[in-house]
Amino acid sequence: MGMTMVEKILARASGSDAVHAGDTVVAKVDMNILIDLMFTQWPDPLKIADAERTAIILDHAVPAPSVVDANAGVLAREFAARFGIERFFDVGRHGICHQVIAENALALPGQVLTCTDSHTCAGGAYNNAARGLGPAEIISILCTGQTWYSVAPTIRYELTGAPPPGISGKDVFLHLAGTWGDATNHTLEFGGPGLASLPMNDRRTIATQGAEVSADFSVFEFDEHCAAYLAEHGAPDSFTPADPDPDAVYAATRTIDLGALVPYVARPGKVSENAVPIPEIEERAVQQCFIGSCANGQLEDLRIAADILDGRQVARGVRLIVTPASQQVYRDAVRLGYVQTLADAGAVVTNSTCGACFGYHMGVLGAGEVCLTSSTRNFRGRMGSPDAEIYMASTATVAGSAVTGRITDPRKVLA
Amino acid sequence: MSHTITGRTWVIGDSIDTDALYPGFAMRLPVPEAATHVLYDLRPGWAAQVRPGDILVAGRNFGIGSSRQVAALLRYLGISALVAEDFNSLFHRNAINHGLPAVTVPGVSGMVTEGDVITLDLEAGLLRNGDTEAAFSPVPPMMLEILDAGGLLPRLVAAGYLADPSGKDRP
Ligand code: SF4
Repeated sequence: MGMTMVEKILARASGSDAVHAGDTVVAKVDMNILIDLMFTQWPDPLKIADAERTAIILDHAVPAPSVVDANAGVLAREFAARFGIERFFDVGRHGICHQVIAENALALPGQVLTCTDSHTCAGGAYNNAARGLGPAEIISILCTGQTWYSVAPTIRYELTGAPPPGISGKDVFLHLAGTWGDATNHTLEFGGPGLASLPMNDRRTIATQGAEVSADFSVFEFDEHCAAYLAEHGAPDSFTPADPDPDAVYAATRTIDLGALVPYVARPGKVSENAVPIPEIEERAVQQCFIGSCANGQLEDLRIAADILDGRQVARGVRLIVTPASQQVYRDAVRLGYVQTLADAGAVVTNSTCGACFGYHMGVLGAGEVCLTSSTRNFRGRMGSPDAEIYMASTATVAGSAVTGRITDPRKVLA
Repeated sequence: MSHTITGRTWVIGDSIDTDALYPGFAMRLPVPEAATHVLYDLRPGWAAQVRPGDILVAGRNFGIGSSRQVAALLRYLGISALVAEDFNSLFHRNAINHGLPAVTVPGVSGMVTEGDVITLDLEAGLLRNGDTEAAFSPVPPMMLEILDAGGLLPRLVAAGYLADPSGKDRP
C-alpha cells in the first residue's frame, strides 16, 4: 500500500518503513516554533532538546499593547539569551509566525514543524507536515524534541486549469469550504496539473486556511516553484521532498477546476458550507475592511490592494485597515510604493502583527458593525464584539469593497 | 485518576469554536477570571452554574479554532470530562494534554438531555445514561497515562525538565 505525502513524512520522522491512516507514531520534530503568547504563561524549562531546532517569533501582540504582553516579551528575550536561540525574531525583525517561517525557510519539504498557533498548517505550502499543537505539547517538544501523531485519513484535491485574473488562493479555499465543508480529523493534500498555475503566496493562503475546515494537515506537492521560493529564501538543500505514491490511499479524491472559479465570500460565523459565489452576497454594506493575517497579509496582497486603490478612495463611512504580515513585507511594501498608494487612498497601514485578526488590538470591531476581512477566521466575536458580523473574502474583494462601501466583485471596480 | 467518571451533563451544539469558549479579550486575564467567560455569548452566566464533576457534551467538530487553553479553563471550572460526536484534533489533544478526558461518541447528542447524569468508562469505552448505553473507542493506554499524570506538564516536571510543580494548569 502506498503512502500519501503526510504519511511519508511521518514515516521518515518516526523511523518507520511505512505509516498509514489509523497508525499512531512518535516523530522527531525538525523545527519547533515558540510565539509571544506562549510566554504569557511560561513554565520556564530547565533544559531543552535542541536550540538549533527551536525558533522564537513575536507576532500576536507586538509591540506590546498591554503589560501582560510586555512581560511576555521580557521572558522571551531572557529565555532566548539563556539557551542561545539564534532564530529569535524580536520586535523589528518580527512578523506573523507563518510569514516569518516562510521568509526564513523554516518549514522545509519532507520535514515536520510544530507551533502552538492553529494555522501552522500554513507550512504545508512547502510540502512540510506542519500543524498546530497546544502550548503544553509545544513545551513538551521543546524539552524532548519529539511528539506523537495519530495519522488521519487524507482527502486529495486534484487541481486543474489556471485561475482567471482577479481570482486568488482565498477564492480557491472558500470554494472548497463552501462546497465540501468540514474535514475534521482529515488531512488535505493538494496537487495535480493545475498546481503549477498557483503561485506560492496562494498556496500558503490555502494551506493556512486548512485550519478553518478543521483539517489536521494541509499539504502541497513539491515542484519547481516551491524549490525556487525556498532557494530565494536561503533554504539549505539538505531536504528530501515527499511525493505521494501513485497507489496512496485516500478517503476521497476531489477535483477543483481553477479556471471555473469566481470570487467567493464566506458569511459570518464559519466558512464550512457557508461560503458562496459573490453575487449571492453582493451589495451588503460594510464599515470595516481588513486586509492582513498570516493568510493574506503577504506582499502580493499589498500589491493587489495598492493596484485596486491606486487613484481611488476608500468610501466614506468605511475604514480600510491593512496589516502587513511581517516587518519584511512592510519594508518591501514601503520600498515598492504600496504603502504610499494605500495611505493616499485613505487606508490605515499598520505595523505588522496579528492585530485585528484575533480581535486583540488595532482594528477591533464594535457592536452592530459589519466587517469584510481577508484574514483567516470569521467566528462570531473573533474580531471584537460578538454583535459584529464578519464576512470573509479575498484581498481583491476586500479592497474593491472598501472603494464602494459594499461587498463588491473586484473585477467590476477595475473594469 | 479513576477511569470511570460520573457527572451531570451540559449539552451544547455543533461546531462550538474556541473563540466562543475562550474569547480573545479573556486572553489577557488570569485563568480564574478568564474561566468566568467560557461560553460568554452562547450561554451567558454558564461558568457560574458549573459544579465540580460536571460533564460537557457537544455535537460535531467540537473545538474548531485555535490552541487557546480552553481545557485549563474547563478544568478550573471543575468539568470532569468532554464528550462529543467528534472533536477538532487540536482541541482534543489539548484536552488530553491538560489531563481532561475527552471521548468521541458518535450519536451522543441524541442520547443525552442536559441535566442527565451519565457515566463514562474510559478503558472499556462505554457511556451509560440510565438504561441506555453507547460504545466508543476506548481511550488508548498512551493517553490514559497522560491523563493519569494530570497532563503533560506534570510529566515534564517529574522528568526534571520543568521546575514549577504548580505548572499543572499552565501554560
Ligand atoms: S494572523 Fe490571525 S490566524 Fe494568523 S497567526 Fe495571527 S491570529 Fe492566528
